[in-house]
Amino acid sequence: MCRRARRFTIHHVGNSTVAPAISIKGLRVVRGKNLVIPGLDLQVPAGQVVGLLGPSGSGKTTLMRAIVGAQVVEGGSVEVLGRPAGTAELRRRVGYTTQAPSVYLDLSVAENLRYSAALLGVGEDRVQATLVDVGLAGFDKRLVGTLSGGELSRTSLAVALLGNPELLVLDEPTVGLDPVLRRDLWELFGRLRDAGTSLLVSSHVMEEAVRCDRLILMRAGGILADGTLAELLARTGAPDAEGAFLHLVDEANAAARGDAA
Amino acid sequence: MNPSLTLATAGRVLHQLRRDRRTIALLLVVPCVLLGLVAWMFNATPQVIDRIGPVLVGFFPLLVMFIVTSVATLRERTGGTLERLMTMPIGKGDFVVGYAVAFAIVSLVQAVVVVAWAIWVGGMDVTGPLWLMFVVAVLNAVLGCALGLAASALARTEFQAVQMMPAFLLPQLLLCGFIMPRDQLPQVLEWLSRVLPLTYAVDAMQKIAVGGGWEQTRGAIGVLAAFIVGAVALGTTTLRRRTP
Repeated sequence: MCRRARRFTIHHVGNSTVAPAISIKGLRVVRGKNLVIPGLDLQVPAGQVVGLLGPSGSGKTTLMRAIVGAQVVEGGSVEVLGRPAGTAELRRRVGYTTQAPSVYLDLSVAENLRYSAALLGVGEDRVQATLVDVGLAGFDKRLVGTLSGGELSRTSLAVALLGNPELLVLDEPTVGLDPVLRRDLWELFGRLRDAGTSLLVSSHVMEEAVRCDRLILMRAGGILADGTLAELLARTGAPDAEGAFLHLVDEANAAARGDAA
Repeated sequence: MNPSLTLATAGRVLHQLRRDRRTIALLLVVPCVLLGLVAWMFNATPQVIDRIGPVLVGFFPLLVMFIVTSVATLRERTGGTLERLMTMPIGKGDFVVGYAVAFAIVSLVQAVVVVAWAIWVGGMDVTGPLWLMFVVAVLNAVLGCALGLAASALARTEFQAVQMMPAFLLPQLLLCGFIMPRDQLPQVLEWLSRVLPLTYAVDAMQKIAVGGGWEQTRGAIGVLAAFIVGAVALGTTTLRRRTP
């Protein structure tokens, strides 16, 4: 009850008084010959852990790339922290991890972090603090190429955290992790949120919905639903996020058939 | 661009290279073995090493840095590290020049080792100033580095990146005056040789070998420097903050 009430409050604050972390209008993205995102509107509130859920191929990565300014877009506007996405100033204020761990395999953990720290203009204290945050304290000298998959993705996450960004855009940070590490990471995301960071975290695992303050369900380059888990479950009558997703897909398909007929 | 970000990138590239023993061997040992082979082949006619040696000393850094940089930057493009770097506060010029600085340092070591080997083991005679030979070798390395970076934009795999090498470099080696003096080339090929950077590097190296100094080589070195500026600009334009 208590958690729900708190969520409601944050949700309320996020939508009424605080400017959204991300504001997207009419986003269109074409990759190759495919229209990956045909026209998308979205507001991501600040100060929350927002989950971007959907099957692989639904456009989550493309949407995140558009938000961090790495994606060529056909049309529409993407505003991040009140500035157009990809603006030079945002490169310090937004932390990003790609789906594949974007770290140098032939460098040690500390060398990877120190290079990024030099680019961001932060010191050794941040390097050590971030290693503790992601549970890699004592891994300084380990060569990244010899790490396990989970350690690798946490090294990549550490790079995104180094500069204390206001917004974190994390593409499937928990994929391939064991349940304990997954729980630890979601707890870390919660602590970052409590410290005022906005997070957009993608996952194709629907169970992770319970960890998010708010959910965005994506399918075929569009937004299927956007709200808290409680709202989604109430609206669909489903027992969990996966059930709600399936219900909404069926509903959308039925509506499409209705349109066609 | 920001010098501290450029140097951080150069330091990072050197750290990576330090761990890669095979590449270091490729950089330092292979040129020496090849030069030794040439010296041995022409044991009976020692003037041949005097002619071929300087050309090879100029060509190795171009060749090796082209391959190493094209593969290294392709790995960055496909591995996601470049995508994230481009969302961080680093200039595109910092990235390109960082790579160039790292490989210029490596190529200076390479030039010293290879020239020393050619002189003392291969019996190559250099009558001009040695430092000038090192300058030309380093310039060639930087050129190879920038061209490799640009070529990596055209490749999708590391295999393709290596295949770019014959396309970019062999025509230059054929027409630079090493295989046939340029004034004996058909007119059109002679014109073509003038727009290829290796021609000027070889020209400078050959002049230094027979006693030329700064006065005789500054023209060729100036052209080489202009090619480097162009290649770095080309390499920089192939980096995109946003990709399709």
